[in-house]
Parts: sequence; C-alpha cells; structure tokens
Amino acid sequence: MAIWLTENSKIIVQGMTGSEGSKHTRRMLKAGAKVVGGTNPRKAGTTVDFDGVELPVFATVAEAMAATGADVTVIFVPPAGTKAAVREAIDAEIPLAVVITEGVPVHDTTEFWAYNISKGARTRIIGPNCPGIASPGASNAGIIPADITSAGRIGLVSKSGTLTYQLMYELRDIGFSTAVGIGGDPVIGTTHIDALEAFQSDPDTDAIVMIGEIGGDAEERAAAYIEEHVTKPVVAYVAGFTAPEGKTMGHAGAIVSGSAGTAQAKKEALEKVGVRVGRTPSETARLMREVMRSR
Amino acid sequence: MDLFEHQAKELFAEYGIPVPRGVVAHTVEEARAAAERLTGRVVVKAQVKTGGRGKAGGVKVAADAADAEGKATGILGMDIKGHTVHKVLVEEASAIAEEYYFSFLLDRANRTFLAICSAAGGMDIEEVAHSTPDKVAKIPVSPLTGVDRARGREIAQAGGLPEAALDGAAEIIEKLWAVFVDEDATLVEVNPMILTADGEVKALDGKVTLDDNATFRQTEHESYADKAAEDPLEARAKEKDLNYVKLDGSVGIIGNGAGLVMSTLDVVAYAGETFGGQKPANFLDIGGGASAEVMANGLEIVLSDPSVKSVFVNVFGGITACDAVANGIVSAFKLLDERGETVTHPLVVRLDGNNATLGRQILADAALDGVELVDTMDDAAKRAAELAAVGA
Repeated sequence: MAIWLTENSKIIVQGMTGSEGSKHTRRMLKAGAKVVGGTNPRKAGTTVDFDGVELPVFATVAEAMAATGADVTVIFVPPAGTKAAVREAIDAEIPLAVVITEGVPVHDTTEFWAYNISKGARTRIIGPNCPGIASPGASNAGIIPADITSAGRIGLVSKSGTLTYQLMYELRDIGFSTAVGIGGDPVIGTTHIDALEAFQSDPDTDAIVMIGEIGGDAEERAAAYIEEHVTKPVVAYVAGFTAPEGKTMGHAGAIVSGSAGTAQAKKEALEKVGVRVGRTPSETARLMREVMRSR
Repeated sequence: MDLFEHQAKELFAEYGIPVPRGVVAHTVEEARAAAERLTGRVVVKAQVKTGGRGKAGGVKVAADAADAEGKATGILGMDIKGHTVHKVLVEEASAIAEEYYFSFLLDRANRTFLAICSAAGGMDIEEVAHSTPDKVAKIPVSPLTGVDRARGREIAQAGGLPEAALDGAAEIIEKLWAVFVDEDATLVEVNPMILTADGEVKALDGKVTLDDNATFRQTEHESYADKAAEDPLEARAKEKDLNYVKLDGSVGIIGNGAGLVMSTLDVVAYAGETFGGQKPANFLDIGGGASAEVMANGLEIVLSDPSVKSVFVNVFGGITACDAVANGIVSAFKLLDERGETVTHPLVVRLDGNNATLGRQILADAALDGVELVDTMDDAAKRAAELAAVGA
C-alpha cells in the first residue's frame, strides 16, 4: 500500500505526444507504472509506440477514462494550456491530477483551484511545478527517477524535486512507501498538510520526511497540524537559510518577504512541535535513519 | 517583478483610474522643469521599490518650482533601505480630506485572492492592522466571480469608507480588479486612496507586483524591467536563460534543481563558518538537462564574478545521469579554453545518484586542472569553502 498512487493506478498522460510527455511516458512505463493512454485532441484515434507498448491517444480526459478506466492523469501541457488541461481533468472528475508543468501563471492556478472547489473537489491536484508522485515498486506518476531508491516504509513530502531525489537516494536501503513532490509554486493543489494526513493514516508508512523551503507559511501551518494530528515521527529539512530578502530563488514561490517566509522561522516552528530538523540533507537522512533504527 | 510607483500609476491611468498629474525626473533640472509645468504646489517622491519612503524622508511637498528643485536635490541619490534613488516623481499636490487603504493580493495560504480595505489608510496601515484589526476588512475574492462595481461598493463599505467616498471608491476598486486580472498581478495596492476636498476619490500612491510566470502572454511587461538596477552578471545570465542570483560570498555555486541549489548555499555557508566566514557567491540552477553548453555558460558566468575564489558543482543525477553531467564538465572546460576563458579557480565536484560512479570515473580520467571530486555534499561544501579561504 501507499498513498494516492498504487500498483493498481491506471495513468493517462495529457500532452503524451509532446517531447516531455513522451519522454516521461516511456520512463513511467519502464518504472512499471500502468500508463494506459494519453490525450491530444488533434491526434485522437491514433496510437503511440513506446518500445513495443502501443498506447491509444484520446481527444479528451473523459473519453480516455471511459475507454481505459484511468484514475490518474499526469499533465505535461505547456503553461499557456495548463489551465484548460486541468479544468478538463476536473470536469472529467478524475481522482488524481498531477501537474508537472513549470511556469504556470498564478492566476491560472488560483482559478483552476477555485474551479475544483466549486465542482466539489472530486479531483486531487498535485502541483503545478512539481516532480509528481512515486510509490517505489508500485507505480510512478511524473518525473521522479524510479531507480534511485527502493520500496519501504518512509513517506516523503517535499516542495523541491532534486531534494526529494537526494533524500530518496540517501535512504534507498530503507526505502519509501510514497514520495510526493508538491511543487514550489506560491499556489499548489496538494499541501504538506494533505500529505501528512494521508501518511498518518497509511498503515504502510512508519515515519515521514518533510522537506520545505523559504516562502509562504506552509511549513508553519504543517507544524501546527503535526502537533495536533500526527503521531508518527516526522523529520524535516528546510532549504533557503542564506536566501536574501526579496529575491526569487529559482522556484516562483521561494521568496522571503520582510520577516515572513524565512527558513529560520520555519525551522523553529517545526522544532517547537518536536520535529527534528536536519541542518543539511545528509544530516536529515541520518536523523531519519536513527528514527527507523529505533523502531 | 515590482513596478515603480510612477509605472503603477501610468498603468492605473490606462485603466481609467484617477491619479494626480505627474512627471518623472532623473535630475534636479528635470524636477524643476516638471514643477514649472505642473504649476503650484507639488510633491517630490523618491522612486524606489521599497516601502517606508515617507518615513525615510523620500517624499516632500514643495511650494513652487525652486523649492521642488531643492527638495529633489535632497532626495535624488538618497539611500532608502539599500535602494539608491535614481529618479523622482514630481506630482501636483492634492487637497487630501481623508486617506484610505486598498489592495488586491494573492492569499497563498488560502489559495485565493483577497481584497483588503480600510478607512484608516496612510503611512501607519501596518500598525492599524496590528493593533486594531477590526478596522481592516479582509475579503476573499474568488477568481471565478471577480469584482464588479456593486461588489466594489460592498468592499468599500466593509472597510468603513464614508458614504461620500463610496461611489468613487467602488469605481476605482472595479478598475483595480481589471488591472489585477488583466495584467497578471499578484499585488495591486493603493495607499493612500484619497478623498479630496472637492469630493473626488483618487489613487495617490500605487504599488504593483507582476507575475513573472505570465510574461509569455504579457509581452509588454518586459518594458517595465529596471535594466539600470539589474546586476550585470544577472542580466548576462538571463540572456543565456540561466537561473542566476548574485550573492556576496566567495564560493561559486552550480547545481541542478532550485531546492538542491538553495540547500547547497546553506550547506556552504555552514561549512564556511569554520573557514573565516566563507559564503556562497551566487545561486545558479542549471536545471534538469545540464548539457555541456549549459554547464559552460554557467561556469563562465560564475567565474566572471571577481569575488569567486572557488566553485562547487553539486549535482544529483536524477533524470540526467551523472556520466552526462561529467561529460558536460569536461566539454565545458574545453569550450571555455576555446573562448579564451580557461578555468583557473579550483572546482569541487560532487556527483551523486544515477551513474555516479561512471561520472566520477570520467572526471578522474580527464584529470582536469584544479578539479577535485568529493563524495558527499557536506564534505564537498567544506572543501570548497576551505579552497575559497586559501584563495582569498
């Protein structure tokens, strides 16, 4: 078992015929994910060959779901078309939409988020600007490399892609139930708190790694949530202690404004509720190792 | 991207929002000429992208053109919170009866937009919000429904604006919503929004932040960029599509992925504490691809920063395998050689993840001058800081 993505998940790819979409469809298939098709209204009715696997192309998400029973979509559509792609996924009421696209205007994200709520929030949205979600050994929806880690009982939630990979790699001998990259944009669908809640109730997760970074107050709110609701051990890492005020550090959401959003404030909030916070990614991995050893 | 006040007001004027007449001046002579053109009492306002200008003495009323020249002399060149004043906005003085606060902004935590309105506007709005929060109305605005004139009026009422100001405020609020949406802004703030002695509502100040992710459909936004204030290295990096931020340390940083690079800066700063306070010189994310050309361009930018004494290349091979990154570094050295920019600073490389062993082997075989391989990120950061301390 894992959270949100299991070996039974049937995945479609919006933008499967594009360069990024096709590259990562191939990788997902190689990782053992059940990718069952894709969408592109201009190429509907055709198929695409992925090393011997013929995947059908549908005009819409709804058609793809009806034909294949898909319950996950991974979106690789460029920024200008992302809002329409996500709205289409919401209209089709697909349970999980993973938005990989980087550079989506925040007005678009805020709008499709509001649209999802107005439709009863039947779709869990992960992203945008995220690496996706991987349940090692079971499935992989997005661009997280499948071969850097193994299946195990650690859950991971992170704003950053490469830091996710770093931790998955350092703890590859212990392994992960699910790793979720929630993305580095100012507005995102699934939050740290959503993932903490899911990991807390997942019988196959024993402990949780949470990776945050400067900007916003998501980590502070996660700390408050942990204090109230999470009994499993949580180890955290926060990036951006040396980031200067007012400069965006790569991720659109990673910006310190005034005294708000600093790494120090996030670290303190987490430590106050008993979360151990590593000074470096490697120290964070060591802390998690200790937690798993003492179980 | 933040706009200057005068840019924000020019934008407001395009949307039909009443603003005082004003002229931008870069010199005291221009300031005097502007005041002569406007006639009567004027306000000379420092144009810097930071708050608290008034309290810092960057906003002065002048009785006439000669006075405006004098005030501009004091304000031009001033330092306000680290921002040098290169231009002033000379504006006709307004007869202020009352000052209000209004803004639309992105509410990250609640993933929606927020209208903030208060009858207690002006310089002390932060203090008002802190000590008497009930005087500040915070109203969520759904992107699906937006704000029309009637909703604008409700928001102004909620903020406690008097009857006399409601119609004018409602109109401005409706138009500010159009600015907010049509320009892909994440902040549109008017403080103060004023009621004049003759009953008109005006935007006396303007602050606008635009979403950099929207430039693909807001092509005219590029004209707002403040090229003069841009760091020359950052400008060069941008031309090469590199995600680079100049910092003030001595250890050049190249990595892949925003989170990993941010983390690398921190780890280098920690390690640097034991080596005389060595700090990272920059943020540079070369992204997932990390081709030889991108690596060469990155190295070139980082090495052309004169304060850089050593470079730390920190790569985790995820989608891109480490052998490709190692080949990228080897080719980058050749490319830089050909460009006449031979690498002379020590380079500490840490490769981890996919094909790390192969990548390290490639670098070991290439035996590039000054390149050292270190196994872990923490140890590599220490070594890079140590080398920077030696080179400093």
